[in-house]
Amino acid sequence: MREDLIAETITITGHGGDEIEAYLARPQGTGSFGGVVVIHHMPGYDAATKEITRKFAAHGYAALMPNLYYREAPGASPDDAAAAARAQGGVPDERLVGDVAGAAGHLRSLPGSNGKVGVIGYCSGGRQSFLAACSLRLDAAVDCYGGAVLKVPETAPASFKPIGHLAEHLSCPLLGLFGADDQFPAPQETAELSQLLDGFGKPHEFHTFAGAGHAFFAVDRPSYRVEAANEGWAKIWAFFGTHLAG
Amino acid sequence: MCTYLTEKIEATGSGKGPDGWFPLSEVTVYFDHPAHALADHTLNIDFRNPGRGPSARVAVELTPRTARALVTAIESALAAAPAALTEAAGAG
Repeated sequence: MREDLIAETITITGHGGDEIEAYLARPQGTGSFGGVVVIHHMPGYDAATKEITRKFAAHGYAALMPNLYYREAPGASPDDAAAAARAQGGVPDERLVGDVAGAAGHLRSLPGSNGKVGVIGYCSGGRQSFLAACSLRLDAAVDCYGGAVLKVPETAPASFKPIGHLAEHLSCPLLGLFGADDQFPAPQETAELSQLLDGFGKPHEFHTFAGAGHAFFAVDRPSYRVEAANEGWAKIWAFFGTHLAG
Repeated sequence: MCTYLTEKIEATGSGKGPDGWFPLSEVTVYFDHPAHALADHTLNIDFRNPGRGPSARVAVELTPRTARALVTAIESALAAAPAALTEAAGAG
């Protein structure tokens, strides 16, 4: 693995034909590579998720993270943009799907693309990764501790609905990475989701790591759990290696 | 977890942001992941004026204990002031 990469901010066409900001990291040089759409967490299009995006490029994938809050706050700092988007009710599911579709299309159009595109998301992005994989034709999806798939917190706005009923439309294999100590989603909920996917014959692979809670991949947060994160990354490389590489 | 719940109130007052003082128009309050505080979840308050752009914001991320102490302190400060001042026309 050479790990050489190029990273830059670009503009892509998202939901409704909107031009939105996105962060692209891709392997340097020629060759054939798969694509990964990276969905940022609720705190936004931040440095930590850009680092994750570059990590995929270092591992041989073209990775693209759309700024889901660009419409509410173009040019703003990630935390200000997250606050603005939150105050306006958050990202509608329909818009998220359109933005991921735009990002996936951009990845497929890149020179060297092998035509395969996966999606990965963290926290709220985990739920959105599942949503995208149930709404678009993709080749692989990873849900990192996405809550509110089957059950929505009682405190959530009425417009925020569970999306488990979309499971029968899942278009690709799904890798789920969860923490045993997480309550949202709790292990019982992810087990129910697994059973639901079994019922529809949808290929999936769920792992629940002991000693880890929510956001165990986040290296800049106290929730970081190095053992779970390292094992999780190994699962991701194996999964994308099977479904996206080449 | 992401709680998604956001309390929002209209606001009258001022806040001091990165570019100096600005008039406030709303305050949002939510318990969720912080951007900076070293905690899994915090009580977050954004004093904002969206009419002046997303950066017109004064943000705090407080531990639950601090947030509850702040509520008590605000109530105490208001209670200690003469009612004539806190309930006067224009005090709102």
